[in-house]
Amino acid sequence: MAEMDTSSQGGHKKGPGVKKGKKQSTRVDLTPMVDLGFLLITFFMFTTTLSKPKTMQINMPYKDENIKEDEQTKLKASQSMTVLLSKSHRIYYYQGIGDDPTKPPELKVTYFKQKDGIRDAIIAKLKDVEALKAQGVLQPKDQAAILIKPDTNSTYSDLVNMLDEMSINDVKVYAIVDISQVDRDFITATEQANVGAQ
Amino acid sequence: MPKVKMPRKSTTVDMTAMCDVAFLLLTFFMLATKFKPEEPVTVTTPSSISEIPLPDADIMLITVDPKGRIFFSIDNKNMRKDLIDNIDDYKKLGLTQQEKLSFAIGSSVGVPFSQLKSYLDMDPDQQKTVNNTTPGIPADTSVTNENNELAAWIRVARNTNPKLRICIKADGNASYPEIKKVISTLEGWKIFKFNLITGLKGVPPGTAAYTMKQNATGNKVQ
Repeated sequence: MAEMDTSSQGGHKKGPGVKKGKKQSTRVDLTPMVDLGFLLITFFMFTTTLSKPKTMQINMPYKDENIKEDEQTKLKASQSMTVLLSKSHRIYYYQGIGDDPTKPPELKVTYFKQKDGIRDAIIAKLKDVEALKAQGVLQPKDQAAILIKPDTNSTYSDLVNMLDEMSINDVKVYAIVDISQVDRDFITATEQANVGAQ
Repeated sequence: MPKVKMPRKSTTVDMTAMCDVAFLLLTFFMLATKFKPEEPVTVTTPSSISEIPLPDADIMLITVDPKGRIFFSIDNKNMRKDLIDNIDDYKKLGLTQQEKLSFAIGSSVGVPFSQLKSYLDMDPDQQKTVNNTTPGIPADTSVTNENNELAAWIRVARNTNPKLRICIKADGNASYPEIKKVISTLEGWKIFKFNLITGLKGVPPGTAAYTMKQNATGNKVQ
């Protein structure tokens, strides 16, 4: 159907007296070649990767037993926010560093989501710190700091998502810290309070 | 037979165009992709907005599967050969040349040192079956722990090739304590800078990173 008529161009005259013979088409059947081409395409599609894997650079805080107490950077409670990664992708967060078990901070629960998620909490924190700097409560060099404390029942994806939020919101100071028993108690207390409220 | 012959039209389709397309795609796939490195286990990495590509050479790859089993590998066949020689010396495993070669051409290993000799003795198919059941390389949060074999691997690998960049490729469903073991081990060797392998996802609009990216691309245009 799609074959073009080539009889008028191809072939030679065989001389006078010779009846016009059937002219052989010069076209080659390309079907096997197409087959081969697609076979190779399929092979390459299955055995290769299109995109190079991306990596996320991460710097852990320098840990050394020999660092003296006064050489360590101390975070002020007003510039920091603690994020606890808990089970089933749940996130608890509170303002401050939660170093005082007698005064439990107010824990808020959220998830990784587009609206009213952890991102909004981080953005709010960044704004708060800017406001405090403007008021002169914090030094101009102070920056919002976020402590990430993954609980034992959190997953690696929670951690990566959280680190990703840091780069999404351009948080300069953040650290992955071990979760303390105090923080675990905060979570249990909040969970119980929530169950009681329902 | 009818008296009047109808001019018969050929039913063959012109394949030239299709052939062109097929080879165009073939060329594209050949040039734009690279071969998948062989992996002992399937790992689905979480995504991040980071766009730093994985370095091409000198990579130490620590794979953590969804169950938290740890696999270890470095790139470059010659480096792997040196690594297994050093491991053999360090742990006195008594490996034969054949077993060392098997390590050099193989992929990631995820067996304790006690099983390494018998593992390397197997053919690749058997190794694949073992990879499904192996407990992985034993690790611990303390680098001084005798059972922290991952620490030994990292130490020997870094002695073999000091330029190694450490990449952690972990499954999104791996639980945090398993990742913590790996990170703590690295910290124990005073390695505080490493890469996490992630997939790529778009930057959400309206965020700080989005604005930065827009500015960066805007400057390029000018």
